[in-house]
Amino acid sequence: MLEVAFRHRFPGLALDVAFEAPSGVTALFGPSGCGKSTAINAIAGLLRPDQGRIALDGRVLFADRTNLTPQARRIGCVFQDARLFPHMTVEANLRYPSRWRRGAARDFDRIIGMLALEPLLQRRPDTLSGGERQRVAIGRALLSDPALLVMDEPLAALDEARKAEIMPWLERLRDEIRLPILYVSHSVAEVLRLATTVVLMRQGRVLHSGPLTRILADPELAPQLGAREAGALISATVEGREADGMIRVATAGGPMLLPDLDLPRGQALRLRILAHEVILAREAPQGLSALNVLPVTVARVDGGLIQLSFGNERMLAQVTPRSVKALELLPGTQCHAIVKSVSVLPS
Amino acid sequence: MIPTDWLGPQEWQAVRLSLRVAGVATLVSLPFAIGVAWLLARRRFPGHGLLSGIVHLPLILPPVVTGYLLLVTFGTQGPVGSMLKPLGIVFAFRWTGAALACGIMGFPLMVRAIRLGFEAVDPRLEQAAATLGAPRPWIFLTVTLPLILPAILAGATLGFAKAMGEFGATITFVSNIPGQTQTLPSAIYALLQTPSGESAALRLVAVSVVIAMGAVLVSEWLARRMKGRG
Repeated sequence: MLEVAFRHRFPGLALDVAFEAPSGVTALFGPSGCGKSTAINAIAGLLRPDQGRIALDGRVLFADRTNLTPQARRIGCVFQDARLFPHMTVEANLRYPSRWRRGAARDFDRIIGMLALEPLLQRRPDTLSGGERQRVAIGRALLSDPALLVMDEPLAALDEARKAEIMPWLERLRDEIRLPILYVSHSVAEVLRLATTVVLMRQGRVLHSGPLTRILADPELAPQLGAREAGALISATVEGREADGMIRVATAGGPMLLPDLDLPRGQALRLRILAHEVILAREAPQGLSALNVLPVTVARVDGGLIQLSFGNERMLAQVTPRSVKALELLPGTQCHAIVKSVSVLPS
Repeated sequence: MIPTDWLGPQEWQAVRLSLRVAGVATLVSLPFAIGVAWLLARRRFPGHGLLSGIVHLPLILPPVVTGYLLLVTFGTQGPVGSMLKPLGIVFAFRWTGAALACGIMGFPLMVRAIRLGFEAVDPRLEQAAATLGAPRPWIFLTVTLPLILPAILAGATLGFAKAMGEFGATITFVSNIPGQTQTLPSAIYALLQTPSGESAALRLVAVSVVIAMGAVLVSEWLARRMKGRG
């Protein structure tokens, strides 16, 4: 658990940042210039905030009388610009931390294998592609035996093809290495794919922080991720294959059907349901082409965004104010959610 | 075999002495130049401007003035010279004095070149090394120094070339004693004062041109080699 609370003044920007990052991937999300990089520099010990307290797993990194050096914090950093040492080979870069962080030396082969760095070892950083450079930077940070991995927009400097190349490695990292990760990003797509917890930042302040699924299903917060992106992320488990090849999955609101995908029984999934893909009906609809109809309860109404609850999950529906009136949608109203389309994310 | 008799023994002595004076002046002042360049490039402290001014002084002062100041400070009667004398360290009218004068005259050139090198190193690389657990002196040795090696070489070459050619401060401080303090430029100067010395002077001029060119070529070759590695 990372606990962060600090204030810092720059000319033109006053930061007042407070959040907690549990295990898993915590995304620090916000537009450029909102103070994300300052926050991670303060956490990594590269910037001394005016005041506050920063602690990692109960170990105080920064407080009134404490200010641990970056060396003593054991926070692995992956920067946007990789920052590999240009005068060393890839292997020398990867082995650089081992003199001081002996704990990681034994992991060398495993991490080289996980990130497929073997063919790059004798190369020099200026001969690597942007994606390869980031992979080496991730490996080097992991080999510093960190207690927390901080990634500052590791994909921002890459083109779409390189991003697609790196993303599976990041997912592997999240799933294979039990290491809390603080992931700074201004890209919704990256946050959706990687994060378990989201810290929303605006102009030097934390707007909200909490589990990704809660934020996505919150009518007030979801638009902060971008209007087109409002919608819920719910978990599901593959139950089996129907005779016509469709996949049946179990969700908190009952079974749903997905198109034919090569997924084994018992596979855990995350389903992304965008608010404008959900239609509401007061009566159970008949004769529909849509396959997925879930009984839901209206939890909140915020303009045209309706938060619906089913079991312990939440999702959003985008409707017009006229429909809100016509259907008499109020908190507690029972209705049916017709889900037009679902996208599947690996869990 | 290269014939060695086209220079007289006294001229050869001047060449050897000059090489020794310039070599020692460069090697001894280099660590100080690196230290001062680092202070000026990376630290902000009261007296920053003053230090920069003092370091650059030999560049601006007439060399004769620098030589005279050295004489009154490091001469056997001077405040520093009289303190060092019981320790067996004497500068006045010795080749060591010539090396001191040459080192001080070349110092600002070395500091300027090396300071530019420090300013060109991305401090974020050093930050990255710190997050990887390396202590600061180790970061300096393994990241900063290798990255500024070309600048250090450039500074050392400039300092060496300056030391080979230094005349005014040297002759004021340690005079022009053959075999003791007569460096290449003072030997050329002395030869030009005698009616028959012109051809010998010309030969020494050729030697100093060859040494200066050689120094530049060697440092360029080293810089290229290092670039290949790093």
